[in-house]
Amino acid sequence: MKLEGNIKSSSYLPAHGFKIKARTKNVRNYLFFLFCLLSALMLGVVLFCIVLFIGKTGLLVFKDVSVMEFFFSTKWEPYDGKYGAAIFILGTLSLTALTMCFAVPLSLALAVFIVEVAPNWVKKILRPMLDLLVGIPSIIYGYLGLTLLIPLLRNITGSIMGDGLLAASLVLTVMVLPTITRISDDAITAVPKDLCEAAYALGSTRFQAVFRVILPAARPGILTATVLGMARAIGETMAVVMVIGNTAQIPGDLLTPTAVLTSNIVMQIIDVQFDSTWNYALYMMAFLLLIISTLMILIIRRIRGKGE
Amino acid sequence: MNEQIFRKYVIRRKSSFAMDKIFTYSLWLVASMILLLVTFLLIRILWNGLPGITLHFLTGIPDEIEAGGGVGPFLFNSIYILLISMALSLPIGIGSGIYLAEYAPNNRLTGFIRTSVEGLASVPSIIFGLFGYVLFVDVFQMGLTILGAGIALSLLNLPVITRVTEEAIQAIPIDLREASYALGATKSQTIWKVIIPAALSGIITGSALAACRAFGESAVILLAGGTGTSGIMWDFNPMSQGGTLPIHLWYAQSEALVEDAKQIADRSAAVMVLCILLINMLIRLPILIRDFRMWKH
Repeated sequence: MKLEGNIKSSSYLPAHGFKIKARTKNVRNYLFFLFCLLSALMLGVVLFCIVLFIGKTGLLVFKDVSVMEFFFSTKWEPYDGKYGAAIFILGTLSLTALTMCFAVPLSLALAVFIVEVAPNWVKKILRPMLDLLVGIPSIIYGYLGLTLLIPLLRNITGSIMGDGLLAASLVLTVMVLPTITRISDDAITAVPKDLCEAAYALGSTRFQAVFRVILPAARPGILTATVLGMARAIGETMAVVMVIGNTAQIPGDLLTPTAVLTSNIVMQIIDVQFDSTWNYALYMMAFLLLIISTLMILIIRRIRGKGE
Repeated sequence: MNEQIFRKYVIRRKSSFAMDKIFTYSLWLVASMILLLVTFLLIRILWNGLPGITLHFLTGIPDEIEAGGGVGPFLFNSIYILLISMALSLPIGIGSGIYLAEYAPNNRLTGFIRTSVEGLASVPSIIFGLFGYVLFVDVFQMGLTILGAGIALSLLNLPVITRVTEEAIQAIPIDLREASYALGATKSQTIWKVIIPAALSGIITGSALAACRAFGESAVILLAGGTGTSGIMWDFNPMSQGGTLPIHLWYAQSEALVEDAKQIADRSAAVMVLCILLINMLIRLPILIRDFRMWKH
């Protein structure tokens, strides 16, 4: 009897403690889930707020300026009430196109070199180096462009200013090169070895294998890399501000100062009254950037959908 | 007839080998040129800036008129704002990364969250700056502050940290989870005691890279933090102006009147590159040690 009671009471206690522990465990379990869910939802809320604030403020511009004027007029004279943003839209588009013309071939060459040609010790230097370059502040690239590239361009071309689309696109090329290279590098590495070996077994040289087998197989990844590089080039602000010249004019050539969406926003927003058409116009330009970056995601999704 | 075909074949073969040679050499050329250019740029920044970096420069008060001012408050603000932004974005980013990797059911809500993460990741940094500007300057009437800059910057980090956490957790083998459940652990215990420790190195690496980016970010700070500081060293008040080192570099080369503005810009650039190099070294240290051990064996 005594023994039984002992066993009962002693076995009862841990079980009771276990029950309490289990309950707090469940509560904690639930609270942690709630925290994770809320922080995930937070991201959605933040994005929603950004679109709301920027969009709401930006769309106010159409109270005073017609849609046609904003998008198609090249007259940006805020003091005279003329808010045509076409110069900046064209500037952003042409700057991005020019940057991609320089950056994509170079990055692809570098990525192919890293995966297919380079010996191991070179790979071990190049990959960390590229990762390091992604982390270098954009302002430093801008500063280098201003102190090194622009004097160089002046010397070579003999132009007076040197600021403009060419300088900006060269700076941006150096900036997006590591991004595009690293993602294409991953895409090319992920191409199954069998494909490559089959190509070699059929007697193709490395050149033929790269162009006819590896690059086509890695195409979705390379396209994604390109679009991400484009997104970075379109949104880049400070590096561009330092070398583009910041003049609202349509450039006759690549060495004439001009302006793009980002540079114009950042140069003018500080000095502008919040409740003015000028300010609304700047916010509309930011909203435009937001729309462009959303389009980029849609493109990437399309590519990824096809790739799978 | 046969001989003709054979000769044609030999010529084609030879030309394709020649193409291959040219291709290989040009790849070497392009890669070494890029490597040289990049090394040259980095060395030039450090060469121009490093000799002038003294304790006085790092902690001194900037001077608007006379030469010899430091960047103390700017460097302090840089670190202060970075800490605020990481303190805000790490818990939320890791939390949402865990949600996406561990909890998220395959439904529309998850799709919506994933879209938001991707969307936030592609938003240009200047938009975060503008958002901070509307929110803190116009809506809350706080003006340009350290706090505002920190919060705006944390929004920039959020999607990066979320994605890094999710990827690090997804790389963990399922066995670990199952073993933990088999021992009677709840989901949150499994996550805290098994999954997070296993994914920690990935999360830390990714967060350090995000911190690198946040440290050098300038567009957000310019719009949400302003170009100036309170002008005092060790000013912990989060309501004073939040100009950081990158902003000061921009200001020094574009608007400053001081005669040694050029040197200040050079030195600030060198300080930033040095910080980024240090952070990168720290991240890579474990990998380097492992490589070294393997090489020794």
